[in-house]
Amino acid sequence: MLRGLVRQVEDMLRARADSAPKDELSELTGIRTGPSSAPDDPVLKRLLPDFYRLDEQAGPQERAEMAALRSLHEPELVDAKIGVAGVVLETLSPQGGEVRLSLEQADAWLSAINDVRLALGTALDVQEDMPDELPEDDPRAPHLAVYHWLTYMQESLVQAMAA
Amino acid sequence: MPAAVDPQVDQEVDELGKTDKPWQTVVWNDPVNLMSYVTYVFQKLFGYSREKATKLMLDVHHKGKAVVSSGSKDKVESDVKKLHAAGLWATMQKPS
Repeated sequence: MLRGLVRQVEDMLRARADSAPKDELSELTGIRTGPSSAPDDPVLKRLLPDFYRLDEQAGPQERAEMAALRSLHEPELVDAKIGVAGVVLETLSPQGGEVRLSLEQADAWLSAINDVRLALGTALDVQEDMPDELPEDDPRAPHLAVYHWLTYMQESLVQAMAA
Repeated sequence: MPAAVDPQVDQEVDELGKTDKPWQTVVWNDPVNLMSYVTYVFQKLFGYSREKATKLMLDVHHKGKAVVSSGSKDKVESDVKKLHAAGLWATMQKPS
């Protein structure tokens, strides 16, 4: 199941990367630029946040700077997230069961699991005081269970890393 | 490996010049990120002690946000980028 979730997040990120505008200048210089505006999709938006937090009074210069920062940095951010997703997919054994990780791989797992939790949490509109369970007839119930399972997994991994 | 950071950021401010306020890295609270994970990220990315990282994490959690580093625009931009890679909600600001 973890494999499926990680793949889904990876797919979303790849689609976002593919949607980046291509221009001749980038082809010439080799400097990659990404989209300059935040994703519409709330999950992607949470995974790829803005560099500034602007209010309505923000002027055109601030908005332009924010767009430039996104365009400059988003490709690497997407790469990093796809990278850690890849580590999880490589280190998961096909039959499931015990996984042994180096410190570096464990770090990647932490980041990748966090990304999946961000994606699920955003989709479920998770709040600070989320209940352990939702009523059985709530369509979100099984997804919330997965979310809590991932939370437990990440918490265990952080404790192991921090020790 | 994260570089060791001098917690006395004030010295860095003086070096920038008295009229030049440094940029700040702000981390915002969100309902998904685990307190333990946020603390871990602060230690790993900034080289903060566990005590300092925990205090900053608690500030984010209870006050809704906290300034976690400051310095030149380039430095803060780089810090925000690393925090985004770790999945934290971070932005940069220049205090007016």
